[in-house]
Amino acid sequence: MDFKDTPEQAQFREQIRAWLKENAQPKTETETVRELSARYQQARAWYKKKAAAGYACLEWPKKYGGAGLTPIHKLIWSQEVAHYDEPDDYFVIGLGNCGPAIMHFTEEPLRSKLLQRMAANEDVWCQLFSEPGAGSDVAGLKTSAKQADNGEWRINGQKIWTSGAAHCDYGVVLCRSDTTVSKYKGLTMFIIDMRQPGVEVRPIKQMDRGQHFNEVFFNDAVVSDQYRLGAVGGGWEAALLVLMNERMAITAAVPNGFAEFFEFVRSAELDGKPIRNHPLVRDRLAEWHCMDAGVRAGFYRMFTAVAQGGMPGAEGAIGKLVAGKMNQDIAQFTLQLMGAAGAIHDPKIAHENAYFQDAILYTPGIRLAGGTDEIMRNIIAEQVLGLPQEPRADKGIAFEDIPSN
Amino acid sequence: MNFDFSEQQKLIQSEARKFLREQCPPERMRQVMEQDAAFDDDLWSRIRDLGWMGLAIPEQYGGLGLGYLELCVIAQELGRALAPIPFSSNVYLFNQALVIAGNEAQKQRWLPRVAGGELVACTAVAERVGDQPNSLPVTEITQDGRLHGQKIAVVDGMRAEVALVSARSSKGEVILCLLELDQAGCERAATESLDLSRPLATLTLNDVKAEPLAHCTAQTLTELYNTAAVLFAFEQVGGCEAALKMGMSYTKQRYAFGRPVATFQAIKHKFADMYVAKEIALSNAYYGAWALASSAPELSLAAATARVSANQAYFECSRENLQAHGGMGYTWEFDCHLHYRRAQHLSLVLGGTPYWKERINTELLRAE
Repeated sequence: MDFKDTPEQAQFREQIRAWLKENAQPKTETETVRELSARYQQARAWYKKKAAAGYACLEWPKKYGGAGLTPIHKLIWSQEVAHYDEPDDYFVIGLGNCGPAIMHFTEEPLRSKLLQRMAANEDVWCQLFSEPGAGSDVAGLKTSAKQADNGEWRINGQKIWTSGAAHCDYGVVLCRSDTTVSKYKGLTMFIIDMRQPGVEVRPIKQMDRGQHFNEVFFNDAVVSDQYRLGAVGGGWEAALLVLMNERMAITAAVPNGFAEFFEFVRSAELDGKPIRNHPLVRDRLAEWHCMDAGVRAGFYRMFTAVAQGGMPGAEGAIGKLVAGKMNQDIAQFTLQLMGAAGAIHDPKIAHENAYFQDAILYTPGIRLAGGTDEIMRNIIAEQVLGLPQEPRADKGIAFEDIPSN
Repeated sequence: MNFDFSEQQKLIQSEARKFLREQCPPERMRQVMEQDAAFDDDLWSRIRDLGWMGLAIPEQYGGLGLGYLELCVIAQELGRALAPIPFSSNVYLFNQALVIAGNEAQKQRWLPRVAGGELVACTAVAERVGDQPNSLPVTEITQDGRLHGQKIAVVDGMRAEVALVSARSSKGEVILCLLELDQAGCERAATESLDLSRPLATLTLNDVKAEPLAHCTAQTLTELYNTAAVLFAFEQVGGCEAALKMGMSYTKQRYAFGRPVATFQAIKHKFADMYVAKEIALSNAYYGAWALASSAPELSLAAATARVSANQAYFECSRENLQAHGGMGYTWEFDCHLHYRRAQHLSLVLGGTPYWKERINTELLRAE
């Protein structure tokens, strides 16, 4: 049991440290833009910079535009880049979710072409699963894909909560290709060109005034059969592969607010006295430290398993389940400590550039996106602990006969 | 980076689990509870034969000379099996105190006997309700090594041959001493314990002869408790895993409203939350194990973190396991209360959660 780098890894770490010091934006107290859609241009510029230096897609094979390194190198990169104010994870849905699906399901030369363009950030990708009537129950989706005699598919329907869709070039879309079989059997997954006729993206104005999520409408959008990912009717299995890759990414990436809370405890005052001496604050600091440290150490365990050749398991759900609620609780508690001034959302006045005011408004979204807290608990209970499913009204009948809105 | 136990350590763990599954079913704990026995002598001698007590004791003192990581995986299994034996008193505390602060003569005298499982030792720190591990004891040691005072909640104090006792020196500092209990002026009285399988004693010391640990400093007790906190955390996580498993198997078999109770989301989400608490505690215990095994400066924070997480996780897992059993969980016959009692015992034995939360604060805010 150790945290030591091998000599090769230590050298790699030194190399990227030096590069980041020269090229990455240091963290500052002011002028940080947190709202995701507002960071798109910055994310793109940062990506181009690191890709030019050979640090994009570290664990992808070279033939697909990656660096041909290992997941450990990617971890080292994430650890080091976390010290800087760069939106390094911005394109994680394309690179982390869609990329592996393309690698797995497409044929050459299409595969290399798509992946190389994705790795170079020439194309940005999104994932189109959720629908207005199919969120937690995503396999209940209705967007239809019908194949014509010439082999082409026509897509009709609506997706929602698509992260970043407004500036995406391609998407991976899950559709219903057969309503006469059971719900999990009648799904098929496709690549879709987001700029083509019949695809319309409308941003959703979120409660925190950001516009990261979108609605996407399909009206007779035509997709060639070579853009199909996996078998006709094999869409659910393909989606599971995408979601499995998502787990590793989200476990590492979901912010929990601990670092900001710790900074607040160190610097703030309550009634003119250092807040760090307040018993309630000390109780919460210990409590949240334990959760933060536990999730981090859990990630090291998962990472060790992956480095030894295992697959990321459903345990990854823990990181998201813990972090979302914790971040919301931290925001609430800290605002309460500020007293009446906690209500000020002006970053020029509020602590840490209004981090806690921002967080109280964005954390409800974290607890819903990518599987709600309740779905995370179901995943842990059923997939990790092996507990039985609830009796269900949608089993053993054709999709078209399942009651729905 | 390799944040996992080795294949060899995992093998030791699986062998230990197999042994304890056969030799230490919950009835063993129940027997100790119902017969007012100090501990399970038969299990104790079998474990001695396996060499576990000397696992981390150097070979020159009769041990196996393995490291703390091996001890961590054994601790997890002892916790899972609710083993009613004084392993922690001997191995995590008494033995460690000698390793940390004993001189050569003290080590020579006591370690081979701990390694060989020939004696039972206890640790006596608390004196009053509300005492913290760092409270200055009222018990005094004179310059010629005589102890006066009273110690309470001494685990295994009735059966122990020797005690590690904290006392106030003539300079007003805390020092740890070795006290042989079979001497005039040393009285012991049994007190009822929350975990009836881990009996407690009150020691009254009236001008008894004791010997300070030769290299004891003001930091020794803290160092000792850091080590013990990590090892106890593994026991607690083992207990969490057993309680979680117990609740899941019961609710899978029990039917209500025409279906297994385990199919209800209210129950499944409870188990998911127990699992999350347990995993956080386990991961923090891993980090503590790493810090312990590598003598890292992070040990103090890592130990306190492991301790707080494990205290909370075992309480949650034992409490919610009982809840998931419904009324049957509240009966004497069902084993739910064995974990519920053990969880309380383990969370109190090194000082409760508030003390360790305060330690986390001290460590985190140290640089300020």
